[in-house]
Amino acid sequence: MAEAIRAENVSVIYRPRGSRRLLRQYLQDRLTGKRQEGFYALHDVSFSLPRGEGLAVVGANGAGKSTLLAVLAGLLRPDHGTVRMHGRMSTLMELGSGFHQDLTGWENLRLYGAILGMSRAEVRERADAIVDFAELQGYMDQPIRTYSSGMVLRLAFSVAVHAECDVLLIDEILAVGDAAFQKKCHRRLSELRERGCTLVCVSHLSGMLESLCTRGLWLHHGRAVRNGPYQEVAAAYSTFISGADRHLWDALPSAPVRVPG
Amino acid sequence: MRSSNLGFLTAELVLKDFKVRYRNMSLGVFWSLLNPLTMMAILTFVFTQVFQNRIPHYPLYVLCGLIPYNFFTLSWVTATLSISENPALVKRVPLQTALLPLVTVLSNTLHLAIQLLLVLALVLWYRLPVTWHYVWLPVIWALELLFIYGLSLATSSLHVVVRDVRYMVESANLVLFWLVPIFYSFAMVPQQFKSLYEFNPVAALVLATQHVVLNHRTPPQSLMWKMALVAAVFLLAGAWTHARLRHRFYRYL
Repeated sequence: MAEAIRAENVSVIYRPRGSRRLLRQYLQDRLTGKRQEGFYALHDVSFSLPRGEGLAVVGANGAGKSTLLAVLAGLLRPDHGTVRMHGRMSTLMELGSGFHQDLTGWENLRLYGAILGMSRAEVRERADAIVDFAELQGYMDQPIRTYSSGMVLRLAFSVAVHAECDVLLIDEILAVGDAAFQKKCHRRLSELRERGCTLVCVSHLSGMLESLCTRGLWLHHGRAVRNGPYQEVAAAYSTFISGADRHLWDALPSAPVRVPG
Repeated sequence: MRSSNLGFLTAELVLKDFKVRYRNMSLGVFWSLLNPLTMMAILTFVFTQVFQNRIPHYPLYVLCGLIPYNFFTLSWVTATLSISENPALVKRVPLQTALLPLVTVLSNTLHLAIQLLLVLALVLWYRLPVTWHYVWLPVIWALELLFIYGLSLATSSLHVVVRDVRYMVESANLVLFWLVPIFYSFAMVPQQFKSLYEFNPVAALVLATQHVVLNHRTPPQSLMWKMALVAAVFLLAGAWTHARLRHRFYRYL
C-alpha cells in the first residue's frame, strides 16, 4: 500500500529563552558568542503511515504531540530529520483560527474555507452541505458573536471536514458539541478514512480513537517510546498512566534530552 | 496550495478587513476624511498665514502630499505587525505567511480611494481641468504598492524575530514627514539633493501626483524609472528576508 507520511529521525529543539528577543539581548548573545541552552521537544522520532490509515498520537502534556503535528503540517521546520507528506493536507487544529466575531456565518464560512485551501468553486458547491452538517440553517446571516461556542465549533468543524484532503491532521478537537454531534463528527471522519484519507489524531485515549486509528505512537518527553498497532500502544499507555507497572515507569526517561548552552 | 486558491484567499482576507473596519463605524467613511482634512487645514493656516509662500492652490498642494504620505505610513506600520499579530493563522494553518503583509497593504487601499476622491473634489472646486494625464496615477500608485509590499515583507518578518522593528518603523515615518515635499515645494530643495530625493519612493510618488494633478503633465520619465527600480529592489529584498526568516515564525510567536 502506498505511503502517506514518512518521518525520519525528526528532532526539534526548543530554546525557551530564544524566542521573543529584543535587540539588546540579540546583540548580547551575538557578541558573547553564547548559544542558549534548550531541550529536545522531539528527539529522533521516526514512523511511517500507509495511505488511508489512522494514527493516534498519545502522551502526557509536554510530550511533544502538538510539536509533532506542527512539523507534519509544515508549520515548524525540524532541526534534524525529514518529513515526507504525500497529497493535499488539511488541518483541524484549534478550530476556527481566522474566524471573526463580527462577520456572519456565511462570511466566516467562505473565509475559513479559503484559509483551509478551498477554491472559490469548492466553497460555493459545498456551502449548503456545510451548513446542513453544522445544523445551522437559519443562523447563517447573523454575526457569529451571537452564536454559542458550540455553534461556532460546529461551523468550523463542518467547513474543515468538507475540504478536499488526502491527509487530515487533528489536534484534540474530537470533543465538538453535544453527544449527538460528536457521533456525527466521528461518522464523518470514518467516511473520510474509508475514502482513502489518512488521519493523524492527537488526543487523549477515547473510544473514538479506537475506531478511527489503526496505528499508535506514544511520545514521552519528546521520544517515541512505543510505535505500533493501536491496540498495543494504547494498552501500554493506559498501563503506564494507571501507574500499575513500576518497571515500565522506571524504564522511561524522566526528562527531555538537554541541549547545553 | 494552488495559485487560483491563493487569489481567492487573498481576496477573502482583504474583504474581511474591509467589512470588519467599516461595519463597526457608524461614521465609517467620515473617519477616513477627518485626518487629512484637519492636517490640510492646519498646514494651510501655518504656511499661508504664519509663513508666506507662493504655491498656488495651497490646500490641494498639501493634500497631494499628505495622502500618499499617510497611506505609506499607515500601511507600513500595520503591515509590519501583520505576521506577529496573527499567531492564530501562522501557527495553526498551513498558510503562505508572505500573504499577510500583502493583505494588510491592500486593505488600506479602500481608505486611500476615499481620500483620493477628496483630492478630486478639491480639483473640481478650484475648477482645474481633469486631463488625460490622470491615467498615470494608477501606474505610479501600482509601483508604490509594490514598493510598500516589498518593504513590509522584510519588516514584518524581522519584527517576529526582533520586536524592536516596530519602533524603528515608527521613528522612520516621523523623519520621513520632513523629507517629503508635503508643505514645501520641490523647487526649494537645493539642486544637489534633488536627484537623491527622487530615489525616495514616497517623495517620488508625491512629486508624480503633483505633476499630474496640479501641473497637468506626465511625470518625468527619470522619476518613474527610479520608482520602478526601487520597487524591484525592495521586492527582492523583502522576498529574500522572508525566505530566510519564515522557518522561525512558529518558534517566535
